[in-house]
Amino acid sequence: MGFSMSQSEKPGGLNRRSFLTATAMGATLPVIQQARAQQAESAPADPRAPVDVKLRINGRDQSLRLDARTTLLDTLREHVGLTGSKKGCDQGQCGACTVLVDGTRVLSCLTLAVMAQGSEITTIEGLASSDGALHPMQQAFIDHDAFQCGYCTPGQIMSAVACVNEGHAGTNDDIREYMSGNLCRCAAYPNIVAAINQAKNEMRKA
Amino acid sequence: MRPFLYERADQPEAAVIAARIQGQQQAPPTAAAAQFIAGGTTILDLMKLDVMQPQTLVNVGKLPGTIEMSDQGLRLGASVKMAEAAENEIVKRDFPVIAQALQLAASQQIRNMASLGGNVLQRTRCPYFRDVSYSACNKRNPGSGCSALDGHNRNLAILGTSDKCIASYPGDFAQALIALDAQVETLGPNGGRSLAFADLHKEPGDTPNIETQLQPGELISAFVVPTGAWTRRSLYLKIRDRESYEFALASAAIALDMDGQTVRGSRIALGGVATRPWRAREAEETINGQTLNDETARGAAEAAFRGAKVYSHNAFKVELGRRTLARALLDAGRMEI
Repeated sequence: MGFSMSQSEKPGGLNRRSFLTATAMGATLPVIQQARAQQAESAPADPRAPVDVKLRINGRDQSLRLDARTTLLDTLREHVGLTGSKKGCDQGQCGACTVLVDGTRVLSCLTLAVMAQGSEITTIEGLASSDGALHPMQQAFIDHDAFQCGYCTPGQIMSAVACVNEGHAGTNDDIREYMSGNLCRCAAYPNIVAAINQAKNEMRKA
Repeated sequence: MRPFLYERADQPEAAVIAARIQGQQQAPPTAAAAQFIAGGTTILDLMKLDVMQPQTLVNVGKLPGTIEMSDQGLRLGASVKMAEAAENEIVKRDFPVIAQALQLAASQQIRNMASLGGNVLQRTRCPYFRDVSYSACNKRNPGSGCSALDGHNRNLAILGTSDKCIASYPGDFAQALIALDAQVETLGPNGGRSLAFADLHKEPGDTPNIETQLQPGELISAFVVPTGAWTRRSLYLKIRDRESYEFALASAAIALDMDGQTVRGSRIALGGVATRPWRAREAEETINGQTLNDETARGAAEAAFRGAKVYSHNAFKVELGRRTLARALLDAGRMEI
């Protein structure tokens, strides 16, 4: 496959023209065209140029222009104004940034916003009902005093909601194992387990 | 983090081409200008730390991937998430060592993100590799030396090391794959190929920066695990500093074919103690044909670590590794299948 020409024209950098030229010489042209036609986040030639990113966050569509480096966490906090998701370690070790992407709990600090394009994102701000009634998990955390400083709490609650929905909250051991990705330096762990045990029953009724 | 161009591939062929355009220079795949990203749990972390510096990221996270049984055995698509494979009923019942190795790794959030293909390529947790303020790291900066030899090496390897690198391979799933004689299928610029999983990773030797046999732009597409009399009687035992969400200090992947109390055939791999996924052939040869008991399990464990070389802070791993392996063998022998 003849990539050498386009590569030598622009060593070390991929621009849109050379990409298309190169792929046009390849055997899998239809695949490439299909891939590129489907992607709204196609890369500009300048890696610092902003990219258009469309996200659906807590039921609202957001159209953003972002540096491709922007994590989902920084997007939420710095660009959308949703500061509930917390930045603890920013390297996938503490769980404070946990959000739901298409109902699945993930770490927003290790997710690029551009990779979440087209997904439904739920943050702590999106849990309560529109009438302001707290989600059963939020209420349970209050009822059981399941926090002290509160910094890890949004991540704990988002993770706990997913833990119940996954069916991983059957026993205290299960809860501890499946909540192990959320650290609490205040060590509110026993109260967190109690809160999840309360909320899982409420969530089942709902 | 350094700036990069972002591409998303909806077909594996597109991913390979996109990576290939940027991957022409002579560099091991981990240093290539174009890198694949799926879950992002390793590469984004290492990009924030400036350990990895890709100029282009090709998102392969949306590629289709399935879990299915075929004539060759269990077929795991590389795009399948760790959590999905760990909770798959066929995997749990017929290949428990795979389900357990995945389940005992990372946290549920990370298992929801990380792909199986990316998981086997996760990079070492050696602190000197991850911290670019240390100039001496032969894996990150070839020829610069190894800060770990006389440094904080408690968590590092005792098997397969060289005087250039003692970084331990951090993964769990790979131990299950190497124990079960899995094949790995790839798609690269020169087309598709299939190789033994045991041949995928390399020992550090004089070139610890070259970690696998993969070429730049070559993408793992699937793992194929043959079914055998041993696959159901299999388990993964992982010993670590805390009970969950931690890398192994020592681990053992075991699959046994038993005739009563006699080991007809064994498959043994070790994690947390070696520079790459580690098949313990000497242990297998020691235990095969023997009655499985405390004494023979201990004998196999002794054989497995006969070639161990210890460093200033990790000598404890020899005995920990032996006990881990012996206990795993006995536990596997007691399994009701």
